[in-house]
Amino acid sequence: MRSDAIIWAAVAVVFSFLFIPIIVIVLYAFSTAPIPAWPIAAFTLHWFADTWADQAVRQALLLSLEVASVATVTAMILGTLAAMAVARMQSGAKEVVSFIAVLPIALPGILTGMALAAYFAFWGINLSYWTIVAGHATFCVVIVYNNVVARLRRMSHSLTDASADLGADAFRTFRLIQLPMMASAIGAGALLAFALSFDEVIVTTFTAGAQNTLPLWIFGAIRLGQQLPEVNVVVFAIILFTAIPVLLAQKLIGESGKVVR
Amino acid sequence: MSLSKSLSAFGWRRPGAASAALLGLPAIWFAALYLAAIGALLITSFWTVDDLSGNLIPGFSLTNFQQLVSGQVYIRIALRTISIAAAVTITDVILAWPVAYAMIRLASPRLSAAMMAGVMVPLWSSYLARVYAWRVILSHNGLLNWTLIEIGLPRAHIGYSNWAMWIVFSYLWLPFMILPVAASVERIPPSLLEASADLGARGFTTFCRVMLPMAVPGMVAGAIFTFSLTLGDYVTPMLVGGRGSDFIGNVVYSNVGVTNNIPFAAAYAVLPLGVMAVFLLIARKLGAFDAL
Repeated sequence: MRSDAIIWAAVAVVFSFLFIPIIVIVLYAFSTAPIPAWPIAAFTLHWFADTWADQAVRQALLLSLEVASVATVTAMILGTLAAMAVARMQSGAKEVVSFIAVLPIALPGILTGMALAAYFAFWGINLSYWTIVAGHATFCVVIVYNNVVARLRRMSHSLTDASADLGADAFRTFRLIQLPMMASAIGAGALLAFALSFDEVIVTTFTAGAQNTLPLWIFGAIRLGQQLPEVNVVVFAIILFTAIPVLLAQKLIGESGKVVR
Repeated sequence: MSLSKSLSAFGWRRPGAASAALLGLPAIWFAALYLAAIGALLITSFWTVDDLSGNLIPGFSLTNFQQLVSGQVYIRIALRTISIAAAVTITDVILAWPVAYAMIRLASPRLSAAMMAGVMVPLWSSYLARVYAWRVILSHNGLLNWTLIEIGLPRAHIGYSNWAMWIVFSYLWLPFMILPVAASVERIPPSLLEASADLGARGFTTFCRVMLPMAVPGMVAGAIFTFSLTLGDYVTPMLVGGRGSDFIGNVVYSNVGVTNNIPFAAAYAVLPLGVMAVFLLIARKLGAFDAL
């Protein structure tokens, strides 16, 4: 049909819009030119070695990995507990809690960042590694919560009831029935939370003191126009390493095929 | 009876208590960090800063708000931020529809899954990488101008402008619109569309009179993200907006990082909080939270 053809043409345009920038930035990682220009004249791998040898990049990478790990573990525990509590609630209370729970991702990033900056200033807390983790954990919790809550909504009560009928207490039911059924959703949420934390810059600026996470390093370098070839390489690596957890998470979530952010 | 048994029994008899116990830890964390931080933002917005020492002066003063209302520049920046956020939201609704429609109604299951992955990958790819990609594409010697010259057109000077911000924001948040719109198209029973066709409505009429109204919750759910994420950004305006394209976030950012006037920054940040509060209340009325 003619109208279907028009729709498919529009789809093709939108998908090129989505992917051309990603392809372009991947190509620049291999460009010899110190300042990005199109077309790329010649290709090289030597910026990869330079970047790997850069101590500032390594330290930033290490900090980002540490922050993302701690924030993710915190999110797995708190997000799962909250999701289990909400799944047991009556619809009225459920609505209130789920409304409040999405605020950290529904409200503008500048607000979260500014609020945390004001809060730390209010108590006279110096910005450190832990303030970065606290900021990241606020939205990472929501990611895990969303994924687990979606799984619990589809899980039937009869299995936990059967477990109770057979004499298992709540903790045993949790260990043998609920946890295995939630595991892949928790895992998917954790992967996404890790990816989000690893990439976060808007809130981090307000909660990091002198330290640089990897995104802060990239932001600084782009703004000052310095070390652009290294920026290209780092950005290429990040695209590669965030695509893996995301595709993995999608597989974990399985048939519903929808990753909740 | 062991402790775990008696706890379980108590939880079974009092389901409310069990929920409360589960919710306790996350609720304390959330209230002590996030909600308290929003509270601190509101409180410090009434504080001032000592000009000489730079120390915070607690108290209740409307100075910051008076300064914001009387400064033409702050009003202009707020209007720019809100209107670009609105333009981005409308653009993303328009771009999301063909993808959502094709993914749910036209594509085979395999193709549909591939399209879904094709939306997820940019959604989760590095934010900075994607902004930086556009900075490079739109620059003087970038891909855009190279393409224009190849096909015989003059160079475009849209790098570092409001146009650049509009394009980049629309690009960044498009997947956030496609997903909820597709989800709400999926929920429309095909029988309704058939009924519409049986009653003589053509494809476009069915779209306008049946699909579009039924997908309102999905579109509003997407709009929460496209609007809020644009409203709260300062990195994209800094990297692709150039001079004279400050957002609310940029003023907040420079008042915290450069001049260290946290109370003034907090007062300006109250504006996006207010805008989003109104937006979320309307969204709730339109049923967007069921579509999230």
